[in-house]
Amino acid sequence: MAARVIVIGTGPAGVRAAEALVEAGLRPTVIDEGRRDGGQIYRRQPEGFTRSYETLYGTESARAAALHQSFDALKSRIDYLSETLVWNISANAVHLVSGTSYRTLEFDALIICSGATDRLMPVKGWHYAGTYSLGGAQVALKSQGCSIGSRVVLMGTGPLLYLVAAQYVKAGAAVSAVFDTSTLLQRLSALPKLLAIPAALKKGIALMGVLRKAQVRVYRGVRPLEISGSPEHGVSHVEVALQSGMPFKVACDAVALGYHLRPETQLADLAGCDFSFDDAAQQWLPATDEDGRSSVKGVYLAGDGARIRGADAAERWGRLAALAAMQDGGMKVEGQVALREQLQVFSRFAAGLRAAFPWPARFASMLPDETIVCRCEAITAGELRRVVRETGAKEANRAKAFSRVGMGRCQGRFCAHAGAEVIAAAASVPVASVGRLRGQAPVKPLPVALAEKEEEGATE
Amino acid sequence: MSGRFVRLAETERKTFVITVDGVARQAAEGDTLMVALLTGMRALRDSEFGDGRRAGFCLMGACQDCWVWTADGDRLRACTTPAVAGMSIVTQLASAGEGVWPRG
Repeated sequence: MAARVIVIGTGPAGVRAAEALVEAGLRPTVIDEGRRDGGQIYRRQPEGFTRSYETLYGTESARAAALHQSFDALKSRIDYLSETLVWNISANAVHLVSGTSYRTLEFDALIICSGATDRLMPVKGWHYAGTYSLGGAQVALKSQGCSIGSRVVLMGTGPLLYLVAAQYVKAGAAVSAVFDTSTLLQRLSALPKLLAIPAALKKGIALMGVLRKAQVRVYRGVRPLEISGSPEHGVSHVEVALQSGMPFKVACDAVALGYHLRPETQLADLAGCDFSFDDAAQQWLPATDEDGRSSVKGVYLAGDGARIRGADAAERWGRLAALAAMQDGGMKVEGQVALREQLQVFSRFAAGLRAAFPWPARFASMLPDETIVCRCEAITAGELRRVVRETGAKEANRAKAFSRVGMGRCQGRFCAHAGAEVIAAAASVPVASVGRLRGQAPVKPLPVALAEKEEEGATE
Repeated sequence: MSGRFVRLAETERKTFVITVDGVARQAAEGDTLMVALLTGMRALRDSEFGDGRRAGFCLMGACQDCWVWTADGDRLRACTTPAVAGMSIVTQLASAGEGVWPRG
């Protein structure tokens, strides 16, 4: 097999993919946007910080340590490009930028392990300073030893809601309340699927125990009404409707918000991979076979960047995708059957999590018109609805062209899902028919100076 | 001015000085620029769309809400940029005067 194999990402999937390639005698190029390996979940703290693995990663400390050690052992046997962004993918080449230098690398096989970010549903006032994603709140603590505020409300749903709440409590942060939009009944009905991995379920229950012991107020079945505050000073209160319907208000100076995760699929999109609407996840996902082969020859997808199944699944999927790449390159590989079987178990557990912590699509139609949907450019739900009503735009990219929702600097990462729900509700069509925003290069903003440099390079 | 972020751990690190809106402030070794700024103040920039001050959102380089400008007019993403001694950062473009013009 030709040696030009590129792995994007150094989270659980990327590291295990690289490891499988190295074991087989290849020398992959591993590209990492971060300063240090680990991805988001096993993100390493900066050099010189002293907290233990146990403090940083809790029940996952052994896994984090194992992944970091594996990567350390790989470093001399791979070409590692850290602090390097893949900003575009064209036919068999990735386009990179690092600091002020730009380059293109060709590949025979590309394994994209791009990870996930928080899935967001807007709430009135979420643009006020002091509102962060749940993942962001976790990064502040894990990577920098900071709480996002002195009185923190955590709101949304998903395993991260309780994990971050428990981590904040353990670190000594003041958690004012946890508002979960999911109900206890939803949790209970998901139990059979969650029992696919009893140890993981047990860890989840232990997190609840941490919160109970710290006497953190946890409310389930809530509907977020408003984050109040001021444009100058940021958030001051969170108001929700409790499950009973009663309004309830809590004072705070920071809010962590998130509704489980969404894969970072822009690179798969730029690589030309086919997507399909996943009814269970209620989102567009790149199509892959069991091992991570995309619809594009030579492009493989693995981990939460392709489908949310969690870090443990991502480790196995990364390896499996690397095996698939090598097999397609004519190499003899083994071990896939056991990995596929393990992934089946994680798929079942992931389905349980989706059922326990469902995406609250219905909230989109209930957002007051003045709610900002696009934080980048402060575009409201009312404006998006007006566009649907007046132009008849029922497709995401068309509505984006008229409203600019999804055109801002985050490129729709944090508004696209909710925006699609707003469009679907306003147009009375299923959200699947709204489609998805097409990925655009560069996947993240590049400094102007670099764009100039690229043109120079093109004329050489 | 009180900070937005609260330091809970790793508080024994050496500190150094950065300049923020013309005022000298302390940062700690290993701080991202975002943390160095938000442990001493409550926001990073003004929204260009008139909805007030912003203080970042995702902390992992995805949302681009934490952009700040250097006194020379270069744009930095505060959550992924390490704070470095001697940096001069502008969070209030309107009051920074004519010398500062965001380039990108």
